[in-house]
Amino acid sequence: MSLPTKKLIGGLAFALALAASAFAEVKVGQPFPNLADYGLEGTLPAREGQVVLVDFWATWCGPCKASFPAYSELQKELSGRGFVLLAVSVDKTSGPYQEFVKHFSPAFSTARDGAQKLVGDVKVPAMPTSYLIDRKGVLRSVHSGFHGAETVRALREEIIRLLEEKS
Amino acid sequence: MKRKLALLVMLGGLAALFSGCTTVQPWERATLADYTMRPDRDPLHNTMFEHIYFSREASSGGRGVGGSGCGCN
Repeated sequence: MSLPTKKLIGGLAFALALAASAFAEVKVGQPFPNLADYGLEGTLPAREGQVVLVDFWATWCGPCKASFPAYSELQKELSGRGFVLLAVSVDKTSGPYQEFVKHFSPAFSTARDGAQKLVGDVKVPAMPTSYLIDRKGVLRSVHSGFHGAETVRALREEIIRLLEEKS
Repeated sequence: MKRKLALLVMLGGLAALFSGCTTVQPWERATLADYTMRPDRDPLHNTMFEHIYFSREASSGGRGVGGSGCGCN
């Protein structure tokens, strides 16, 4: 094989690898990205050894508004058992985020991914989407959208199952 | 021959990669979800449009539901 052909094939392989990496996403069974690496606005809760639900939301998303009171109830119910909920806003500006949090006063922690780096790495399929992470930091399930009581029931069952697992 | 084929494949791949088409990701839809993006934000315009529509089409109703472009859920 001549050198130019090798270069062409090498270039093509690189371009394909680049394209594949652009479509990479966090999958069930893989470790969830370390949230501390993304410079999120807000205080991150202690997550070591906890079952964590990371919920991606936005102030402009209707179902996200509906999810906040329900998730607050979930956090209140299960916080004593080692469950932490962190709601990560994907809003680019801080103002609407601050107003939203002030209005809903959630019982869980919130943070803002203003650079949309974390959400871009995770590649959420819809808004909102929540990621359930076990005590070892491994992603166990993904819930796309918020469908009221149905979503809360499914999440609650899975969270309790993970809380009962031996770490 | 092989070289030409490799060149063609590479050009095809690059064309596919760097074409002008792009997908607006779910987390990038803030602008689409804005109130000003709603087709039904002006009630007067909406009523007039409906009137013209059903007069022209000899039908009324069945226009679907309102909403913005957040694509949530």
